Amino acid sequence: MAELRTETMTVNMGPQHPSTHGVLRLVLELDGEIIKSAMPTIGYLHTGIEKTAEQKKWQQVIPLVERMDYLGAQSNSLAYALSVEKLLGLTMPKRVDDIRVLIAELQRISSHLIWLGTHGLEVGAVSMLFYCVRERELLMNINELIAGFRFFPSYIRIGGLREDLPRGFHEAVNAFLERFPEKIDEFERLLTKNDVYRRRTENVGVLTQEEAFDWGLVGPIARGCGSDYDVRKYFPYCGYDTYDFTVPTATEGDVYARYRVRVAEMRQSVNICKQAIARISPTGEWACDDPRVVPPPKDKVYSEMEALIQHFLIYSQGFTVPAGDVYVPVEGPRGEHGCYVVSDGTNRPWRVKMRAPSFMAIQALPYIIHEGLIADVVAVIGSTDVVMGDCDR
Amino acid sequence: MDASSIIAALQPLVPGASYEAGSSVDFATIYVPADTLVETCTVLRDNPAFAFNVLIEVTAADYFPRDPRFEVVYHLLSVGNRRRLRLKVRTGADGAVPTVQRVWRSAGWLERETWDMFGIVFDGHPDLRRLLMPEDWEGHPARKDYPVQIRKAAQTYEPLEVSETEFKANIERDRVKRAH
Repeated sequence: MAELRTETMTVNMGPQHPSTHGVLRLVLELDGEIIKSAMPTIGYLHTGIEKTAEQKKWQQVIPLVERMDYLGAQSNSLAYALSVEKLLGLTMPKRVDDIRVLIAELQRISSHLIWLGTHGLEVGAVSMLFYCVRERELLMNINELIAGFRFFPSYIRIGGLREDLPRGFHEAVNAFLERFPEKIDEFERLLTKNDVYRRRTENVGVLTQEEAFDWGLVGPIARGCGSDYDVRKYFPYCGYDTYDFTVPTATEGDVYARYRVRVAEMRQSVNICKQAIARISPTGEWACDDPRVVPPPKDKVYSEMEALIQHFLIYSQGFTVPAGDVYVPVEGPRGEHGCYVVSDGTNRPWRVKMRAPSFMAIQALPYIIHEGLIADVVAVIGSTDVVMGDCDR
Repeated sequence: MDASSIIAALQPLVPGASYEAGSSVDFATIYVPADTLVETCTVLRDNPAFAFNVLIEVTAADYFPRDPRFEVVYHLLSVGNRRRLRLKVRTGADGAVPTVQRVWRSAGWLERETWDMFGIVFDGHPDLRRLLMPEDWEGHPARKDYPVQIRKAAQTYEPLEVSETEFKANIERDRVKRAH
């Protein structure tokens, strides 16, 4: 009998693959169905946002950074705004902090919904996508209400917010918060005890806590491995220390653990949103009172000389930021979003660098899927919740 | 823990290192000379007083025309001690910084991206290739003397022309190479 040839096979996956969450290319080396090595190729969505930001005025960078992690847009702009505000030494009124917290948590829910829908779709629960996108539509409507833009609202600005909350905002948010916990139960009924789903995800893509930290994975992935690290608890910003919430964790470190962590996070986000919306008055302060950064109200521009000059300066030259560098992390939907900003004391940033959780997750991907089955690759990519816009920037 | 107390605690542990405190508005910043970077990082990771177990970020800033023009920036996080630290290494366009990939595995791609964007060489890095830019890109786009808008002609390649025998020979060669 002729000897069996046992050679490995090289398979290309992506960049145009429906389950690579954008354009990620993987070159897999397979022994039968077992993955012997994987080589990710990224950069297809690299748009040079960080270089572009160096040519813009400080405030003009906000829409740019929102386009990096396009599913968690407002956690990018929050990180950027907080870091510039730290250099400027600004403190926000309490109402602005509360609105920012509310927006950040709604953004987290919105991002997790897309994650849950696509992850479910990829492992075979096709209907998840429809249920999740239906709920996310309500959050998009809230974005449209506050900024007129559903995807990248650019509502969070340096120095506060773009403008005050619109009429009907509280009703829209409350209606969503009222309805959503039931929907999470519905999602859980479809997946949490679903035998097919559990067999696809349990003991798949297992990571230990030490490995997760070694690969720089902080966020839901590390919390699925037993860590309780959450920027909101460890390094509170925007007054998160005044909210009552817990950090969900799981210890198994597999795809199913990450799923449970994210679903529990959505419940906690609803919890935080309910506390935040109760604190926010329908009208009130929506920016700090620093005249360097925040343009004066329109009626003063028409009646006072100084206000007119200030208005003109802010819209023509922008404002300057004291020289120095700063890194401010926020807890984004995918983990620690941080913004490293360097200023040389002029009206344009010298360097803007976003810490990208998806970048770290894709770096660790070959390690996570090593010696696993090819069918599990899709489940693992889904569970790391990568967004290629965030990865490539 | 501010920068000066970290330096005071570090200096006896890394013989011959000369640190410098940097100014910052958020958390402690230390300038580390490139030749003692790996020893310093190992101590910062392993010593329980520091226990910086996560490398959050490696990036750089180009202060052209200052000399040396680059500052490589490392952001460290200690989950156990709830503390952050920023290390900075000054380097010029011809200089090199040792890789810290043996200390934290996450440094691999972060250093690769920094090389891709700034052209800073990381000594001992096993895989210093283009990451975000295409393989055949010229120059390092995040440098300050790199133009913001450039026009590059569309690059086209001749279609791959391999005969069937050549193709089979390639596969066979590849298989033999992998068998050894």
